[in-house]
Amino acid sequence: MIVTKQKKIEEILGFLGPYKKILVVGCDGCTQPPRSTREADTLALLVEMGSKVGGAAKKCSATTVVKQCDNQIVASALNPQIVGYDAILSLACGIGVQVLAEILPVPVYPAQDTMFMGSQERELGTMDERCKGCGECVLYRTAGVCPVTRCAKGLMNGPCGGCFKGKCEVTEESRDEKGNVKILTHDCAWYQIYEGLKKMNRLDLFRTYTPPKSRLISTPPRQVR
Amino acid sequence: MEAFSDLMKSIAQGKFVYTGELEPHKSVDISEVVDWARTLRDTGRIVAANVTDNPRSVGAISSLAASFIIQRETGLEMVYQLRASDRNRLALTSDLLGAAALGIRNVLCLTGDHTSMGDNKESMPVFDLDSAQLVKLTHMLVYEGKDLAGNEVHGPKPRINIGAVANPGQEQLEMEVLKLERKVQAGVEFIQTQVVFDAGAASKFLDEVKNFGVAVLIGIFPPKTYAQADFFDKYVPGVKVPPEMLGTLKKFKEIENKEERKKKINEYNTEYFVDFIKEIKKKSACKGCHIMAVGYPDVIKPIIDGVK
Repeated sequence: MIVTKQKKIEEILGFLGPYKKILVVGCDGCTQPPRSTREADTLALLVEMGSKVGGAAKKCSATTVVKQCDNQIVASALNPQIVGYDAILSLACGIGVQVLAEILPVPVYPAQDTMFMGSQERELGTMDERCKGCGECVLYRTAGVCPVTRCAKGLMNGPCGGCFKGKCEVTEESRDEKGNVKILTHDCAWYQIYEGLKKMNRLDLFRTYTPPKSRLISTPPRQVR
Repeated sequence: MEAFSDLMKSIAQGKFVYTGELEPHKSVDISEVVDWARTLRDTGRIVAANVTDNPRSVGAISSLAASFIIQRETGLEMVYQLRASDRNRLALTSDLLGAAALGIRNVLCLTGDHTSMGDNKESMPVFDLDSAQLVKLTHMLVYEGKDLAGNEVHGPKPRINIGAVANPGQEQLEMEVLKLERKVQAGVEFIQTQVVFDAGAASKFLDEVKNFGVAVLIGIFPPKTYAQADFFDKYVPGVKVPPEMLGTLKKFKEIENKEERKKKINEYNTEYFVDFIKEIKKKSACKGCHIMAVGYPDVIKPIIDGVK
């Protein structure tokens, strides 16, 4: 899923400044947390209330689309609905915002910051980054743990010297009175790879030097035909 | 492997070597570091000294420029530390060729701390290569005259010996040893380790890596104060300070006379590290010690003389 975070209402009101009639569009696709009809309704209300406080009241409506990243779905679902609106506020990820901006004749604005491709950890209530889309998957030799995404340095021959009791020293949560790191929140990916390969009896993979990744494969803009 | 540097030549001759450490700061004036290099040189016991590269990701003068200046001013051979955190493979290649052209004969290939831990937290963390891949790049330049993409270096090949680091105190020793094996595959020639306080831990590591065919220099850090030792014990990944040492240094804090306290600490450090080095010297993989006693020259000579 694509993990997003809604922008602060002050920021949204800031860039929606000149527009009077706004259509808030949710996305039923893979965006997490969910950003569908209910969230679009809530945001529409919030924008209306906020703009009233600011003295330039806006009129908002809400709708949703099955997948904002599909240009045909977007065109057929939204073209009939946008008549009379000055701007669209999209609750999709950055992809949806761009598709809408490309095919609709009104200005489109993002209501969200797109964070990463991740998984949902229901017990802890967290969403965690799991894939960078590097275009050259190495999970077959890293016990199913992605070093590109889950190692802070994206190392191919880790761990580095910052593996502290199986945790990554980059992921500090708190510091003591001297400013020294006390709690490390994230596992060291390479420690997990080591543990995983050991269990699989495949440490031969761990001890083998891995050449540098080709950065050409992940050079934007990318396209698959 | 060919010995280009005094460091590697001494090791090849069977000498037990000592290296020191220099840490230039964010300044164009490195006279203090040059003075410290002179102090190291004048002990007559240090064969080469490392010059740190943006340590802890805190920006400092270029370690290449500093290495060149210090070597020129003092005649002491430098170990040029090079981090992959801040440069991609193009820039690393340029710097390695530049170093060789400037007469630098040792490079220490490091991954480097993450940029978010330093004083420019918002900078781009590069990590195009990691330390093992940087070893490989250096090895290809030196022995094949080619960069990582296979492009040829014109004229003579750079003459640099290749170092990297390891941590004998890593809680998961097997993982550390396997990781070092990759650097060996990539062509590393010498290893300078993270600080070790426990001779037993150092010896165990030396036993594990004895068949790798690399020269290991064990890192030591004689603590000037209890606070320094305590810091290592609490906050540096994979570094443990034996409780006896912590206890003794803590007791010295009670000595009110500053000179007397200093004398006691110096004596204790000398005795402790002479025994430590005598112990690790018995191991075949151990070719020397990397003494990280920045700003603490009083103990270097006594420790080295004591070992003899």
